[in-house]
Amino acid sequence: MRFLAREDFPQLLTALQQAGYTCIAPQIRDHNLVYDELTEVAQLPINYQDQQAPGYYRLSENGQQRYFAWANSSEAVKPMTFASREILWKVKRDETGKLAFEEVLPEPKPLAVIGVKACDLAALHLQDQHFAFNTYGDRYYNLRRRPLIFIAVDCSHPAETCFCASTGDGPDARSGFDIALTELDDGFLVRTKSKIGKNIAAQLPLRDPTTIQLSQAEKQQQQAIESQQRQLPSRHLKGALFDNLDHPHWKEIGERCLACGNCTSVCPTCFCHNEVEDAQLDGSESAHYRQWDSCFTLRHSYMHSIVLRKDIHLRYRQWLTHKLGSWHDQYGRSGCVGCGRCITWCPVGIDITEEAQAICGGVQS
Amino acid sequence: MSHMIPSHHTVDENAYLPMEAEIVERVQESDTIFTMQLRLTDPKQHEAYTYQPGQFNMLYLYGVGEVAISIVSDPEHEELLTHTINRVGRVTRGISQLEAGQKIGIRGPYGRGWPLREAEGQDVIIVSGGLGCAPTISVINHIIRRRERFGHLTIVQKVKHVDEFIWPERFERWKTIPDTTVLVASTKGSVNWHWDVSPRIQVLDKVKVWSERTIVMICGPEGMMQSATKHLTELGVPESSVYFSMERNMQCAVGHCGHCQFGDLFICKDGPVFSYPEIKHLLGTEGF
Ligand SMILES: Cc1cc2nc3c(=O)[nH]c(=O)nc-3n(C[C@H](O)[C@H](O)[C@H](O)COP(=O)(O)OP(=O)(O)OC[C@H]3O[C@@H](n4cnc5c(N)ncnc54)[C@H](O)[C@@H]3O)c2cc1C
Ligand code: SF4
Ligand code: SF4
Ligand code: FES
Repeated sequence: MRFLAREDFPQLLTALQQAGYTCIAPQIRDHNLVYDELTEVAQLPINYQDQQAPGYYRLSENGQQRYFAWANSSEAVKPMTFASREILWKVKRDETGKLAFEEVLPEPKPLAVIGVKACDLAALHLQDQHFAFNTYGDRYYNLRRRPLIFIAVDCSHPAETCFCASTGDGPDARSGFDIALTELDDGFLVRTKSKIGKNIAAQLPLRDPTTIQLSQAEKQQQQAIESQQRQLPSRHLKGALFDNLDHPHWKEIGERCLACGNCTSVCPTCFCHNEVEDAQLDGSESAHYRQWDSCFTLRHSYMHSIVLRKDIHLRYRQWLTHKLGSWHDQYGRSGCVGCGRCITWCPVGIDITEEAQAICGGVQS
Repeated sequence: MSHMIPSHHTVDENAYLPMEAEIVERVQESDTIFTMQLRLTDPKQHEAYTYQPGQFNMLYLYGVGEVAISIVSDPEHEELLTHTINRVGRVTRGISQLEAGQKIGIRGPYGRGWPLREAEGQDVIIVSGGLGCAPTISVINHIIRRRERFGHLTIVQKVKHVDEFIWPERFERWKTIPDTTVLVASTKGSVNWHWDVSPRIQVLDKVKVWSERTIVMICGPEGMMQSATKHLTELGVPESSVYFSMERNMQCAVGHCGHCQFGDLFICKDGPVFSYPEIKHLLGTEGF
C-alpha cells in the first residue's frame, strides 16, 4: 500500500495517457454522472455527492474537495462492454439473390476507466462469466472488454439505496481492478493488482502512507459499511424464492410495477437483449443489430401467438427469481451486487430489498 | 445432463454470423407446412457442417430476421439439410414464399439433441403432438436406419384435427417395419380418416411398456408432454428415461440473449432436449 498526494493526482492521468490510454471518468451531465473523456482533474465531480432514495436521484455540493465522494449513477460500466445497441453483421444481396454476410466488429480504443466502484467491478465479473467464459464466447463483448483497464476507488460515501456490504461486493474494491485508490482528504492510498497497474504506479511519486492515513482509511471503510441500512435477507435466496412462487406478494408488486424496464437497463448484471434487423429501402443491404431487452417486455416471453408472462407480476417474478435465484445455478452466485440502482431509478420506488424480504422473510442468512 | 453436451467453442469464433445456403428443393406438405432441403453454398462449409438429430439451426430471411428451426435430416445418410417449417408469423411466412434456387442464411447447429446413444439396446417410444412432429422425425429415421440396434419402437402421433396430420405415407410405411407399433389419433375425425379418433392423449392407453429399459422422446405442446409423461411413468418408464424437446423465444441460440431461459436453464444451449427430471421442477408453472 502506497500513498499519492492529492496535488500529484494529475500525474496519474499523464502516466495513463502516456501508456496509450484514453482516460474516462464520471462527470456531471444533466444532473447525473456520466462516463466521459477526462483530460483534466477539474472535470471530475469535485465537491459533489449523490442523494439517492427509492425513485429519487440528486447531485448536490457537500463542501468537501473530494473527487469521488459519490456512490454511483444510472450508468454502470456495462455499456462499455455490452453496448446498448450494436451492429453484429451486414448482408448484401445482389441481383441474382446471392447473400454476402460480413461481420462488423467494434474497434474500441484502449480506455482507462477511472472511478469505478466495487459493485460495478463485481458486476463486470459476472458479465464476463456470461459473455466471455461461457459455452460460446462473445466476440463483440470480448473485443470491447479487452482494451479496458480499471482505476477503482473504494466507496467512501455509499448512497441510502446501497447494500453492497450485504451482498459481499463492496464497499472496498477487492478484485477486477488494475489500480485501486482509497480517497482521503489529502490524497489517495494506492494498491495495484495487474502488471499494467504496477507499471503505471511505478511512474508516480508515491510514498509510504502514515499510520494516521491508514487508520483514517480503515475508519472510513467501517463507516461506509455501517451507513448501509438496506440488506437482502440472505446471499442465497434461490430456495426461498422458488418455494414461494405463489406468494400473494407477487401480485401486490404487480399492482405497483409499471413494467417500464428501468431496473433492467440500469442493472449492471442484466444481459438480456434481442436481435433486430435494419434493412435498406432499396433492398440491397440489411444490417443485423442486437440491443438491450428486458424481461419486463411482453416480447421477451413471446412465442407465436402466446405470451408466457402476460401479467406484470409474472414479469417481476421472472426478474427477481432470476436475479436472486437462478443466477446461483448459472454462475455460482446471486446476480445482484447491491448497487441499489434498480431502487433509485424505479419511477414508483419498488425496492428489491423490501420485496425480497416480503417474499423470503424469515430466511436466515 | 449425461447425454450429448455441446462442444466448447473457441473464444473468437463468431457464433452470430450466418452462412449462405441455397434452397435445393422445396415441398409443400400441407396448407401451412413446407419442407426445404438446403445446401451451404460454400462447399467447404457444407462439408464441415455436422449435427445430431434434435439439434436446430437459426434460419435467416434476408432483411427480416432469424428463427429457430429443428433439423429433420439424418447427418449420416443425407447430403442435404432438411427443415420442415410451419408458417406462423413474419419470418416463417417470408421463408415459405421462397423457391428452390433462392438463398437464405443459416447458422448452427445449436443445442443438445436426442439421447440416441442411451437409447441403443432399449425400447423406444416416440410421442409427438400436433405440428410438433418435425423434431421427432429425425429420431424415427435414425432408428429405422439402424433398426437392429434398438428394441421395440412405438411411434405415437396425436393431432387435434386431421388437417394437421402430415406424411401419412411415412406412417403407413413405418407400420410395416418389424417390431414397430404406429399409433395415430386425431381429436376430430373425418370421412377418410382410418386412424383412431380419441380425445386428449387417450391414444397412449394403447402403448405397451415391456420393460424398464424403455426410453421416451416427446415433442409437442407442454401440456401434452406432461400428461404423456404421467401416463408412461405410471406404466413403468423411469422418469429419467423421458426426454422432452422444449421451445421458448430465441434470439441468439448461443446462451447470451436470455430469452429462452427456463428457470436456471438456457433452452438453446442446455437443451432443447431435456430429461424430465431436469425440468420437472418448473414444467407447467405459469410464467416460466
Ligand atoms: C429449438 C426450437 C426448434 C424449433 N423447430 C421448429 C421446426 O422444426 N419447425 C417449425 O415450424 N418451427 C419450429 N420452431 C418454432 C419457430 O422458431 C417459430 O415458429 C418461429 O420463430 C416463428 O417465427 P415468425 O417470425 O414466423 O413468427 P412471429 O410470430 O412473427 O414471431 C416473431 C419472432 O418471435 C420469435 N419467436 C416466435 N415464436 C417463437 C418460437 N416458438 N420459438 C422461438 N422463437 C419464437 C422469433 O424470433 C420470431 O422471429 C422451433 C423453435 C425452437 C425454439
Ligand atoms: S438488482 Fe438492483 S441492486 Fe442488484 S445489481 Fe441489479 S440494479 Fe443493482
Ligand atoms: S431475465 Fe430479466 S433479470 Fe434476468 S438478465 Fe434478463 S432482463 Fe435481467
Ligand atoms: S436463445 Fe439466446 S440465450 Fe437462449
